[in-house]
Amino acid sequence: MAPALEPSHGHAAKAVLELRVRNHPGTMSHITGLFARRAFNLEAIACAPVGDGATSAMLLLVANEPRLEQVVRQLERLYDVLSVRPRSDLTPEFFTRWIHDGGER
Amino acid sequence: MKTYTGATLLRTLLERQGIHTIAGIPGGAILPFYDALHGSRIRHVLARHEQGAGFIAQGMARVTGHAAVCVATSGPGATNLLTAIADARLDSVPLVAITGQVPQPLIGTDAFQEVDTYGLTLPITKHNFLVRSAAELLEVVPLAFQLAESGRPGPVLIDVPKDVLNARIDVAGLPERGHRTSVAWCPDEPIEQLATLLVGCERPVLYLGGGVIGAGAAELARTLAQRLNAPVVATLMALGAMEHDDPLFMGMLGMHGGKGTNLLLQEADLVLAVGARFDDRATGKVAEFCPRAMIAHIDIDRAEIGKIKTTALGLQGDAADILRRLVAQLPDAPARPAWRRRAMDLKVKHPLHCPAPAHHPLHPLNVIRELGRQLPEDAIVTTDVGQHQMWVAQAYPFRQPRTLLTSGGLGTMGFGLPAAIGAALAAPDRRVVCVSGDGSILMNVQELATLAELQLPVAIVLFNNSNLGLVRQQQELFYGGRYEASRFAHAPDFAAVARAFGLRGVRLDREGDPLAQLAAALAERGPCLIDVPIDDQANVYPMVPPGAANLQTITAPELELATAHE
Ligand SMILES: Cc1ncc(C[n+]2csc(CCOP(=O)(O)OP(=O)(O)O)c2C)c(N)n1
Repeated sequence: MAPALEPSHGHAAKAVLELRVRNHPGTMSHITGLFARRAFNLEAIACAPVGDGATSAMLLLVANEPRLEQVVRQLERLYDVLSVRPRSDLTPEFFTRWIHDGGER
Repeated sequence: MKTYTGATLLRTLLERQGIHTIAGIPGGAILPFYDALHGSRIRHVLARHEQGAGFIAQGMARVTGHAAVCVATSGPGATNLLTAIADARLDSVPLVAITGQVPQPLIGTDAFQEVDTYGLTLPITKHNFLVRSAAELLEVVPLAFQLAESGRPGPVLIDVPKDVLNARIDVAGLPERGHRTSVAWCPDEPIEQLATLLVGCERPVLYLGGGVIGAGAAELARTLAQRLNAPVVATLMALGAMEHDDPLFMGMLGMHGGKGTNLLLQEADLVLAVGARFDDRATGKVAEFCPRAMIAHIDIDRAEIGKIKTTALGLQGDAADILRRLVAQLPDAPARPAWRRRAMDLKVKHPLHCPAPAHHPLHPLNVIRELGRQLPEDAIVTTDVGQHQMWVAQAYPFRQPRTLLTSGGLGTMGFGLPAAIGAALAAPDRRVVCVSGDGSILMNVQELATLAELQLPVAIVLFNNSNLGLVRQQQELFYGGRYEASRFAHAPDFAAVARAFGLRGVRLDREGDPLAQLAAALAERGPCLIDVPIDDQANVYPMVPPGAANLQTITAPELELATAHE
């Protein structure tokens, strides 16, 4: 059923979604393709295999706008997507922490 | 333990799936599979273009409701299939497309006839597979059928590299065949809520979409309408769900729907959409669609509920199951005499305008009605895309589900002829008619050769107006009569074209009794093409301009005048 889409902590404009997906070479294309096709901005992705590697966990940083509900439903429709849930405990900084802001190199 | 090649395994899995007819065209990458077909009990229909093969498979699938198979080689074979796959996606047709791919070591090297079929089909399939080993076929093939048929049906693509087809594999046991899995069960509570809403409202309308036919719920929708005394409107894809002359049936809504039908929706206080997706051709300007109504929506696909219009009550599940349980809940319905009378009045006041056959036998609507008289009730009608398609939707007396096969979502010219071939293959005892236009027929005209070879009982009725008629109509109405690229300066002799392909070809003669000639041509056995010269200025009315609200109907100007003077 529909995950409640609360805004990520302190960031009303952004939401973080956690996906469980089947881990194979086409999965990422299916997901990014869906965002491109529905003209919905996908701002950041983190992905890592889980356990024996048959599935992966994926975090998506997306705009929290009314259409998000529709995008979640479209994601749930993909065969390779096993589940979608909001991660309101995570902030957008989760995705940017690793960037060294060293400017020009 | 039995030894297979990837190709013989693929063939065996299709046989086990119960597939007896497939359509396609061979080529290098897929040749091992064709070799494996040699001696198989699967009948292969050789199309003349892969798009034709795709639509032949669609014709089979649309008639039976079961996944049908088309096959193409890598590269151009695969790209030629794309339109038919995209078309199946938009109309929720179960299709399994199998394409050859260059051997895996060559993938990514721009090899001969290499194209990224997987990438190309990502956005137009329900799901797709690039098979990496013969063993994977054991899982992928049944799964492809399961996905194509389960939930909301759709196309699934299996791309198989040539080395996978040639690989040898020992198989201990074959998997179960893939079949439709059951749909998420709709709980009782929303059904009870819906029953309460339906009993409590005053002006309900049932809005049926193609999902009603897909779910085999047409009969239940009729029962529900009677129980509720609620008028019914249908999308293009739902025609056939209700009998065309059922007193509760208001016909097609939307751009070329009846004016009374669109007016009725303005007055409704509750609209129950069943298996319909609020397509823009049906709703017109969404903000003004059903402005007074609360919307309830039954759909197998949760993503459709609330996608376009805010929904007061959404029920996800199988429409047949939900309607059965809903009907069982409903007490004896309120009689609603005023609302029924209002619907009837609107229907009577806004009929389809059509001159008398005696005066104008070749008016398109008269030709369609004559077809309705000549053909048996279970005849299957396929159409191409254009004015002729809309005339069929408006005037053909459909009575059964799955008797209209038309490209609704993608609106693909070239659909009609190959879909008719597929329909005739799937329903060998039935009459099949393809209503086409002189523009559309040329888009897959090569399939006349396939038809001649198979000698199926398909009649092509060609509405010949020497124009891309629907384009011409839009230019007349919305582009100041600037007819750019819509008129054919040169017309082939279509009856002669048909004869050259080996079919019977007839051209109706305006001077004689053309409708009698039409009946005579249809009465003869075997495939034929009937060229019907129609008025090149005839337009489809009513029409709602694209983007406008459904109330902004344009009706036939001369007929408007005639009624104004009465
Ligand atoms: C493949 C494709 N190309 C272009 C169009 C745009 N289009 C829609 S209707 C139409 C004209 C169809 O002409 P014809 O088949 O002669 O039918 P008519 O409208 O004259 O009945 C065109 C070009 C389309 N629907 N499909």
